[in-house]
Amino acid sequence: MKIAVIDYGVGNVRSILSAFANQGANVFLTRDKNKILDSDGVVLPGVGAFAHGMDGLNKYGMVEIIKEYVESNKPFMGICLGMQLLFEESEEFGVTVGLGLIPGRVIKLPTKDSQNEKLPHVSWNELNSGKIQWSDTVLESIKVGSDMYFVHSFVVQPNDEDNVLSTTEYSGYNFCSSVKKDNIYGCQFHPEKSGKTGLKIVKNFIRMCEK
Amino acid sequence: MNKIRIIARIDVKNEFAIKGVHLEGLRRVGNPNEMALDYYNNKIDEIVFMDAVAAYYDRNSLSELIQRACTDVFIPITVGGGIRTIGDIKNALKSGADKVAINTKAVQEPDFIRQSSKFFGSQCIVSSIEAKAIGENKWEVYTDNGREPTGKDVVEWAKYVAKLGAGEIILTSIDKEGTKRGFDISLYQNVATSVSIPVIASGGMGKGGDAVQLIKNVNVDAIAVASVLHYKLESIQEIKNTLIENQIKVRI
Repeated sequence: MKIAVIDYGVGNVRSILSAFANQGANVFLTRDKNKILDSDGVVLPGVGAFAHGMDGLNKYGMVEIIKEYVESNKPFMGICLGMQLLFEESEEFGVTVGLGLIPGRVIKLPTKDSQNEKLPHVSWNELNSGKIQWSDTVLESIKVGSDMYFVHSFVVQPNDEDNVLSTTEYSGYNFCSSVKKDNIYGCQFHPEKSGKTGLKIVKNFIRMCEK
Repeated sequence: MNKIRIIARIDVKNEFAIKGVHLEGLRRVGNPNEMALDYYNNKIDEIVFMDAVAAYYDRNSLSELIQRACTDVFIPITVGGGIRTIGDIKNALKSGADKVAINTKAVQEPDFIRQSSKFFGSQCIVSSIEAKAIGENKWEVYTDNGREPTGKDVVEWAKYVAKLGAGEIILTSIDKEGTKRGFDISLYQNVATSVSIPVIASGGMGKGGDAVQLIKNVNVDAIAVASVLHYKLESIQEIKNTLIENQIKVRI
């Protein structure tokens, strides 16, 4: 069982590799087309700006490879910026086109100035139920209200509520904190940085890749 | 309000975790990796490693420590001390750090904060500020682990680094650091009301009640704890329980 983490020059991937290895996966960082398509699971990591992320994917020819992989119906997971890139477009620094694998867009996290709420949203925060049941997903056996680690200023807005796996509240606004569309998962939080509960999500994804 | 993050701050010199008072008189307190793992297992929310002498000796030696921590500690890790170039930040992130804390270099060349936050994203750049009281409601910025005065006003400097793109501020009170006598509440009041980025209060915590005192009065986002944990005065769970009893939200 092999899990490929896509190497497109964005962010800190050591902890993702380390978390998957810790949970027993044969995990590696790669931008090799055959290795990616041959994997049982693929993870798209990423932190930082959306446009920078898309530039990286384009530069290494990853866009077509990701789309081809996803059509195989094998599990795919985007983490943080890697989740946002799955959507059609982002309004971060002007409009940038994304992978378009999930209908919807990426917007700045709305906050209420009156409450002195800060951006980026850097915090442990709770996962609440979305439209989709968590059983048989990466959130299998995770308790509603579990704390995950978030660090971001932008959030995804799926067009279809049926893609919302969990929501999280910040500054009175409920944003989509994880998505699922068929074999594609995305989480805004960092499972690899969310302690033992986060590792359970990693494990769930690995199990899915084993099937 | 956000959940208050409880951060373990581990100051490091060579391969040892150390602790001083007012950032001086450093004593060895243990192995930094073992301590980080222990705190992680006991549900600390984040770890900060600070190389206490890096700025002084002009070096940056935390890579190995971070690499090791990254294999068994799955929470955010910040590394500070001796970060001077974009290359230093790349190395720290490549080793597994999520954020870097920058002090001396930012004072010498403030544009470094702008450049690095543009390059890596604000979420990755923590401005480390060491503050020493010089009058009523007035603090001066220090560098090099409390050794070098800079002539800069802490509140003005905090506003400036936020404007330059820093994603968080870790604000250490040199006067309170290591004393276990509680936080410098007015320092955090003055800074937290002046910036819109998260502020981490560091220095002075001797018990959970000190954190309650601070958080009830100031909108800080996180507290950094060292002596309490290193000397096992209270457990992480005890600190969190005290906060919960006082209606302060934390990660359970």
